[in-house]
Amino acid sequence: MRHDHLLSAGQLTREDIEAVLDRAAELDADPDAAAGRYDDTLLALCFFEPSTRTKMSFDTAMKRLGGDTVDMGTVESSSVKKGESLADTVRVIEGYADGIVLRHPSEGAAKLASQFVDVPVVNAGDGAGQHPSQTLLDLYTMRERAGLDDLTVGIMGDLKYGRTVHSLASALTEFDARMHFVSPESLRLPRSVQFDLHDAGARLREHTDLDEVLPELDVLYVTRIQRERFPDENEYQKVAGQYRIDAETLEAARDDLTVMHPLPRVDEIAPDVDDSEYAAYFAQAHNGVPVRMALLDGLLAGDGAADDPVATDGGGR
Amino acid sequence: MSEPERELRVSKIRDGTVIDHITGGQALNVLAILGIDGDEGVGVSIGMNVPSDKLGTKDVVKVEDRELSQGEVDVLSLLAPEATVNIVREFEVVDKKRVERPERVVGLLTCPNHNCITNADEPVESAFGVVDDGVRCEFCGEIVREDIGDHLAVH
Repeated sequence: MRHDHLLSAGQLTREDIEAVLDRAAELDADPDAAAGRYDDTLLALCFFEPSTRTKMSFDTAMKRLGGDTVDMGTVESSSVKKGESLADTVRVIEGYADGIVLRHPSEGAAKLASQFVDVPVVNAGDGAGQHPSQTLLDLYTMRERAGLDDLTVGIMGDLKYGRTVHSLASALTEFDARMHFVSPESLRLPRSVQFDLHDAGARLREHTDLDEVLPELDVLYVTRIQRERFPDENEYQKVAGQYRIDAETLEAARDDLTVMHPLPRVDEIAPDVDDSEYAAYFAQAHNGVPVRMALLDGLLAGDGAADDPVATDGGGR
Repeated sequence: MSEPERELRVSKIRDGTVIDHITGGQALNVLAILGIDGDEGVGVSIGMNVPSDKLGTKDVVKVEDRELSQGEVDVLSLLAPEATVNIVREFEVVDKKRVERPERVVGLLTCPNHNCITNADEPVESAFGVVDDGVRCEFCGEIVREDIGDHLAVH
């Protein structure tokens, strides 16, 4: 990877993405392929917001690469609680670790952090902004299930605040996918994201009703509509109810549809979908480890080797 | 520039800034983008929709005892691309600043996205890239097209 940091999906070319996915496939097949290369490497996990999958999979990925992690812990137990700025926090942590994985509730936090440190920063979610490492594992899952060529992808739910959606849509433009965005009017894609998609020449349409597009889709990417986005409970129930899917909903879909979800889900995908051929969301979560191993392998490889993260010679460091 | 005094309708100033050739009707927005609302106590003269050979009609703003910085002039360009800025001392024009559309504006605007990290007491200046019809926060991506003057940082 040519970049020092992974801040947004928009910085990734198709070649960048494919290099990570190819490396991830190698590591998936042989998790020991990179063992020992990172014996002395420490990755800092700085999560200013709760996380299960992202944090644990980065933790697992670093350890499977032979390195180790240091964890900032929760905000409540850290000096952030004392009013320390993010800039100060990351400058201190830079002294402890070889890379920083950052999740933060404010948009632009990872970008800011990257300006204050010399170690690689991975944006693991910045408010309603971006979540590019999630996108890499999403694309890995899509590639395994449906391939990445000539894709028609439906993305449904909270498109306004959904950072996984913003990153995924951006990356899908690199593959010239047809995109259908399905959401309530109040949770449409923000105009900054639309701006970038149009700028990239994306083929996209917006809908309020899944039925309009479901039969066309290769992939349906469902996201959670959060209660706190609505002024009152009734409004939330009314809207969220229209964007839930179950086995019956999917009767109108193609047999080879892939249903994905970044998780955690609440009730937007009924449990009766879990055992169907459609469901890919647990496999998707599992893919977080090899994909993040590949990503870290690219970012942490150090001088020179960083240019070629997919080097397969295994010939030392 | 040298219209007869009767057409300019505002008198010369001793010290300060004359912003001429503002797009007709934009004078109040120019003052807004500069954060001038009259409370500062400085003399402000405004001519709106006065005849102009170049623009048909134009606005003119004269601000006494205040010299605009290049940064402020740059931001001005987002609202009044044809504007000319003259710095006046002792009734003489001592500096003419060309208004050029900048590639970025740094530290002059606050991001309207309240959840942007630049609004969180961090030691960074805001930074906006200039896009086709507005500006865009380099941190959170927020695009501002209308009412840019409402987002001038306090300085």
